[in-house]
Amino acid sequence: MTDARALPPPAAESRLAAVRRWWGDHALAQAVGLAAVTVVLAVLTANVVASMRRLGMSPNFDYLAQPANFDISESLIVYRAGDPYARAILVGLLNTLKLAVCGCALATVLGVTLGLLRAAGNPLLARLVATYVEVVRNTPLVLQLFFWIALTRMAPPVRQALEPLPFAYLSVRGVYLPWITVEGGAIWPVAAFLLLVALLVHEIHKRLGRPLSATEWLVAAAAAILVPAGWVWADGVRLSADLPTLRGFNIVGGISLTPEFAAMLVGLAVYYAANIAEIVRSGLQSVTRGQWEAGRALGLHRARILQLVVLPQAMRVITPLMTSTWLDLTKDTTLGVLIGFTEVTAVIKTSANNTGNAVETILVLVVVFLSISLPVSAAINAYNRMLARRGVVTS
Amino acid sequence: MTILLEDARLAPPKAERWRAAAADLFSSPVNAVVTVVVAGLIAAALWRFARWAVVDAAWSGGAETCRQRSGACWPFVASNAQLMVFGVYPQDLLWRPAVSLALMAGVIAASMIPRLWSATLALAWGLVPAAVCILLSGTFFGRPVSTNEWGGLPLTLLVWMIAFAGAFVVAIPLALARRSNMGGLRTAAIIVIELVRGVPMLVALYVSRFIVPMTAPGLEINLFVSVETALILFVASYLAEIVRAGLQALPRGQTEAANALGLGYWRTTQLILLPQALRAVIPALVNLGIGVLLSTPLVAVIGMTDFLSAVREAASHEQDWPGCYTTAYFVAGLVFFSICFIASRYSRWLERRLRAAGHG
Repeated sequence: MTDARALPPPAAESRLAAVRRWWGDHALAQAVGLAAVTVVLAVLTANVVASMRRLGMSPNFDYLAQPANFDISESLIVYRAGDPYARAILVGLLNTLKLAVCGCALATVLGVTLGLLRAAGNPLLARLVATYVEVVRNTPLVLQLFFWIALTRMAPPVRQALEPLPFAYLSVRGVYLPWITVEGGAIWPVAAFLLLVALLVHEIHKRLGRPLSATEWLVAAAAAILVPAGWVWADGVRLSADLPTLRGFNIVGGISLTPEFAAMLVGLAVYYAANIAEIVRSGLQSVTRGQWEAGRALGLHRARILQLVVLPQAMRVITPLMTSTWLDLTKDTTLGVLIGFTEVTAVIKTSANNTGNAVETILVLVVVFLSISLPVSAAINAYNRMLARRGVVTS
Repeated sequence: MTILLEDARLAPPKAERWRAAAADLFSSPVNAVVTVVVAGLIAAALWRFARWAVVDAAWSGGAETCRQRSGACWPFVASNAQLMVFGVYPQDLLWRPAVSLALMAGVIAASMIPRLWSATLALAWGLVPAAVCILLSGTFFGRPVSTNEWGGLPLTLLVWMIAFAGAFVVAIPLALARRSNMGGLRTAAIIVIELVRGVPMLVALYVSRFIVPMTAPGLEINLFVSVETALILFVASYLAEIVRAGLQALPRGQTEAANALGLGYWRTTQLILLPQALRAVIPALVNLGIGVLLSTPLVAVIGMTDFLSAVREAASHEQDWPGCYTTAYFVAGLVFFSICFIASRYSRWLERRLRAAGHG
């Protein structure tokens, strides 16, 4: 046959064939194996249910609506002993989230600072940061938390509270910090406006493809200051500093952190800052020397090379590692149960002891953590796949 | 400028690096100020530490001396050393945990010498924990000691060793399954790995404490056994990802060459892929080992007296030794730090050595 006939188009794979291909070799053995595993799991589950019956428990989640007869020392929402268990668990969950968010923020600020200081070119400073990292990463986090909580226990009573910084008090009852109070109006439009300005600047920056000039920055800064100021003046919002002050046997005003929260926050921040400093360092190291030299050949100075050339490339290494570090920090908030911080694990442990519904309470705990960590790890995987597709890294 | 040295092999010799570093200390006015301030801070910190550990410390005497002095309380360490190291193990049978400790330390030390890596050593990792369990429990030969009385450093090392060695047995099949072209198997492996990695270790321990014993009614499942089961699975899910990364980093040509030689899947995996993949991820393995060791104190929440809780136990006798927590924690921290610091330095040395030998 000499006429060049086009090959017939490959038959579109039927859905069944696609499933067969995905299922792969040893189809029957796989099916039997998975069925066997399912049967074993079912037997184990049945055993758990039977064990619970024998102990006089019935597996259900009714207890969530029953009143919880314990107090929780700190809470973001109103909670009293006697509220349902579901609300107690919510209080614990909010405390966990509060600790996780504050911890991630503090650890990131501290860690990035340390990582940059280590790369700043002073050998003694670099050595000091390296020693900090070594010491922190080679001792158990649990031990560090014990140390921090012991430190708060050693703090003086309220009447002799330490004042390490003006208007910041440290006493055995906790840490007291200044805060800002808002009266007579709403402050959220200001926050929304500032967010808008930030997004706008980012967008303009992206469209222009060049850094903003000094005049443009000035305009943005003026807008960011003048408009909120105008709003505050027109709306009659009064901002005042809420300073903690020592009055007799008590400290009033400001915001107070319980000793347990303060110890957890400091402990997690110190520990994870060391990890983040290492991540920043490895990110910077992943950018080859030639990039620095090319930047210098273009006449850029160090800070500009770092900002324009090195950091954007280093971020590819830093972003996934940083995200999984935040996830680890969130998981480690559970260590609060060891030093008496009432996060979700502690509440659930108490609930389990009081109701005897250990299995269900632990299942709630597992679900809570999986619903935080599975989406985050899926996002990390997607990010890495995206980089691999672009050929930036090999997967 | 340390960050510019992307490869240790390109770095100048040590003496020259020292000279360059010394010059960097005062290379600009800002640097000079930073150097002086940092040096001052370091000196102040060292001085405070020296005062606590030496000048203000109590070196002899009893609790009364410690009460009067503001520094460390070394007599506390001397008189509580046994409790701190061996926990509440029966006093007259202390040779058992002592021998256990020596056995485990021996295997771990032997594993650090690449020349000794062999199937025999792998076998020792299986046999030694078993031998230690027999020794500590007194099965077959002497007075039985229940697992509740095991404690201290031998328990910490035993928990760690079983978790790590057991995790290998589980992790390698998991990693292979996750890379398999069989959809069902792959999905099962992904579910196991992601579910276990998604929960904190503490939650895994609660599961082992409260749920695992209920899965086999009629069978009395020991706390130690259920904790180890949970830990093995927990460590294995992390280990499997490391092994998978190692397998992924191998070039496809390795598999293709093995296939061309007529090797089947299992022979290829066993002889070609796994040895190279494991070699490539040794630093990550050591890091995981350190991480697991540093997490073992968590077993205290479900009532095991590991090394750290034995130390706490010793310090908690307020009436005998008031305020000795700092000293106790310092000693515990020093023990953990020494082990992990040596391990991390070892890992770095090994990495360099393997790279020089052309692996990885």
